[in-house]
This record gives sequence, C-alpha cells and structure tokens, in this order.
Amino acid sequence: MGIVAKTAEAVARASYGKLVAFLAARTRDVAGAEDALSEAFAAALADWPQSGIPRSPEAWLLTVARRKLIDTARRRRTSDEAAPTLALLADELDEGDGRMEIPDERLRLMFACAHPAIDAGVRAPLILQAVLGFDAPRIASAFLVAPATMSQRLVRAKNRLRQAGIPFHIPERDELAPRLEAVLEAIYAVYAEGWADPAGTHARSRGLAEEGIALGRVVVALVSEEPEALGLLALMLHAEARRDARRDRRGEFVPLDFQDPARWDAALIDEAETLLFAASRMGRPGRFQLEAAVQSAHAARRLTGATDWDAIVQLYDALLAHMPSIVVAINRAVALAQRLGGSEGAAEGLAALDALQHGRELADYQPYWAARAALLARAGNATEAIEAYRRAIGLESDPAVRRFLQTELARVAT
Amino acid sequence: MKYLLLNYMNETTMLSLPKEDAGRMHAAYMAYVDAMNKAGVLLANHGLRPTSEATTVRAPGGKQTVLDGPFAETKEQLGGYFLIEVADLDAALSWAARCPGAELGAIEVRPVWG
Repeated sequence: MGIVAKTAEAVARASYGKLVAFLAARTRDVAGAEDALSEAFAAALADWPQSGIPRSPEAWLLTVARRKLIDTARRRRTSDEAAPTLALLADELDEGDGRMEIPDERLRLMFACAHPAIDAGVRAPLILQAVLGFDAPRIASAFLVAPATMSQRLVRAKNRLRQAGIPFHIPERDELAPRLEAVLEAIYAVYAEGWADPAGTHARSRGLAEEGIALGRVVVALVSEEPEALGLLALMLHAEARRDARRDRRGEFVPLDFQDPARWDAALIDEAETLLFAASRMGRPGRFQLEAAVQSAHAARRLTGATDWDAIVQLYDALLAHMPSIVVAINRAVALAQRLGGSEGAAEGLAALDALQHGRELADYQPYWAARAALLARAGNATEAIEAYRRAIGLESDPAVRRFLQTELARVAT
Repeated sequence: MKYLLLNYMNETTMLSLPKEDAGRMHAAYMAYVDAMNKAGVLLANHGLRPTSEATTVRAPGGKQTVLDGPFAETKEQLGGYFLIEVADLDAALSWAARCPGAELGAIEVRPVWG
C-alpha cells in the first residue's frame, strides 16, 4: 500500500465518525453524509498522489464531502428537503480554509442513533455504522443477523432519522439521564457482542470489544459528570481485564471462579476502580455502576484471595430492584449458592432458579441451563444435572464452552 | 416460518477425527437435537452417510443416466439436515450458530416454501 492510501486509511479510521457526525448534524441525513464521505475518500485517493497529501487531510475531506452534499441537494432542488440542506451547508463552507478545528459531534450523532424513535434492536448496529464506519456484513456477523436484513434495517433507521426530524443534539439536563441510558446500552451491546464472540480470539481481530471501550471513552470525555457513563466504562474495563484469563494455554474455557488473578490485566482493573470510585462520589447509583461494582468485587480476589459473595448477593439484590432481568436473577441465584457454599448453598440457589417464571423464554436460554446444571451437580442430583448439562451443551454456540460443559457432564456421569 | 438447516462439512476431515473428538462431536449433536426438541422447534432431522455411497440420477430429455457419487464434487459435502419451525430468520440463524457442525463446516439456512 502506498503512502497516500495509508494516510487516507489512517484518516478514515481516526476521523470517520467525526466527519459523519459533523455533516449529518447539519443535514440529518446519515446515509447522505456517508455517501458524500466515501466519494471524498475516493477523490483523495485520486488527487493526493498528484497534488500531495494536504496539510489537514481531515479538513480536505470535509470540504470535498460538503461540496458533494451541496451538489446532491441542488440536483433535487424540487424537493423540499434540499433548501435547508443547502442553507446549513453553505453557512459554514466559507470557513473551510483547511485550518478550521472540526468540532467533535460524535456524541450528538450517538444520541440521534439511540433516539427512542429508533427501534432498540438497531441502535447499536446504527452506531457501529454511522460512528465507526463498519459495513453491514460485518455488523450482521457480529449480531448474528442476515447481511441483507441488516442492510435493510440500517437503511430504514437512517430514513427514519431523516424523516422523523430526530434532533442531533445533546439533551438538556433534565432529559439527559434517560436518553443517555439508551446511548450507554447501545455501546454496551457493541462491547458485549465482542465479548461473547465465540472463541474470543476472533473478537480481537474484529475489535468490537475495543470499539465499545473506545466509544465509552468518548462519552466519558464529553459527559464526565454523568456517573452511569463512568460506570459503563468501568464495567467494560473490568471485563476486558479478564479477557485473556478466560482461556487456558490450550484455548480451553476457564470460568471466572477458576481464573488465575495473576492473568488479569492490573492496569485495566486500576483504571476501572478509579472510574467507579469517581462515579460513586456523585451519589447517583445506577445499573452500570452496580454491574461494575459486581465485577469490582470479583476483581478484589486478586488482592484478598477470596470472593466476597455476601457483597455480590447484595449488589445483585440492588440490581434486581433497579432493573428486573432474567440474567441478573440467574446470576443472583448462583451468587446465593456460592455465599452459603456446599449442597445447602446449591439448594438455596436452585430454589431461587425455580422461583423464576418457567416461560418459553427459558427453554432456549443457555445461561439458565448451565447455571442449573452446575447447582444440581453440587446438590448431588446427578440425574437432573446430566439432563440440564445436555440442554446447556445443545444451546451453546461457543465450541470451547461446549467442550468445558461436556467435561463437566462427564464428571457428573461417572 | 420453516427453515432447513443444511449442515455442510468436509467428509474426509470428519471421518479422520480422533476417536475422542468424534465421540464428543457425536454427543454434542445429540444434545443439540435434544435442545431443539425441548424448545419445540425441531420438525425433522437426519444425518447422511458419506457421498461415496451416493448415486445420482438424471434424465435429460427423458434419457436416464445413473452415476455413482454425488451430483457434484465439492470441497464440503452435505452431511445432514435439520428442519425447524421458528418465528423468523434471526431465530433460525441463532439455531444454526449452535449447531456443533458450524465449528468445522458451514450451516446453510434455507427458507422452505409454504
């Protein structure tokens, strides 16, 4: 790859979201901004080898992309949409002499992507595309959706952004918290897809976990007085600190309780703890701070050598009160069993699992069956444990976890 | 919606798996079928014997030919199928991802007419 292509690619990686955000914030047209920007990148690859790499490649790209947007708008002069687009873009075009500082409006773009008028399931994919420039097939693979379907959903969401007049602004203080929650949830979904990726090693190359953390850092930098933003970043950093410890040397799955704390990334844990401490001083607890606190309690094992299950149960109680969810309820049941230990603890955990609604949603919910199997095994109920392990194995899509469960099953069966 | 999950795999690789791995793979398939049944999505499934045992019939213009072997030589071969009934393609894809065969081969997800 030549120096020009390399520079263009580096600018694309570093500035894509910033440029889309800047353009789309003025036109509300994310698809149009993306198209104009990709034309600008193509123009750069043609122009820069001749005229040299401009002093500010970002500003150069922005100027070209704006011209493309204005051209497009002029061509559909008849349509009502064109007039405001032209006005908004022309306003600022004169400032673009290559020395202008381009403001970072990615957070505004994220708030638009995570707007309540956008279907919740498409918010995280939309952020991946609009802010990070991921293409539809890559997003589709991450979220286990057909690429054609994902493309349609993204197109529909972008049309809705434009047509519904969804504002590209950071909400005022009184409506910030609920709107921020949607942004944070979408970022967490990005991270979680990377984290849950089968084999773990693929996640690194695909980089979803890293992108989630990068987005979390953007939000923390822009709304540093919002404790939940800090809590989410702390939560992701705690999980990231344990990424490598989740597999042994042969690539086999290692559950949290059996991980060697020496393999955890101390620097990431320290950063997470600092963030969580800063968040807690703001005195406004929330879902992400509580989840980060659970991870913090697990991380404390590297210092104390033991896990404070009593604290973890209390945190799950608080989480359940805050945000009732099946995942939290299952984790709480396991923590209950750990707190008391032995077969008595297992019985208490099983009772908590039994108390869950046995609806259809549990029939193909892997974590439920894996938790149930482990507790049944510990309670000495081999027959039911074997049955539950088989359900968990059949529902697992990560081969390493599947092998781990098969080993556990063999242990109970003999 | 009904979907056919077609499980493609390299027969040579599958047949040369170490005994322990083959046993584990077999058990994983059994657990997979079990989980599908318990979730109430499985309509039918079968594993296929190797393509070396296949016979292919064609009758272009009414003129019958019978050949030993599969209809085409491919790098991966159809090794089995699962006919499932689920709400939508997203759900079908999540069952495809759970198929133990996805680790070593590919699962083609095809909507069924009607």
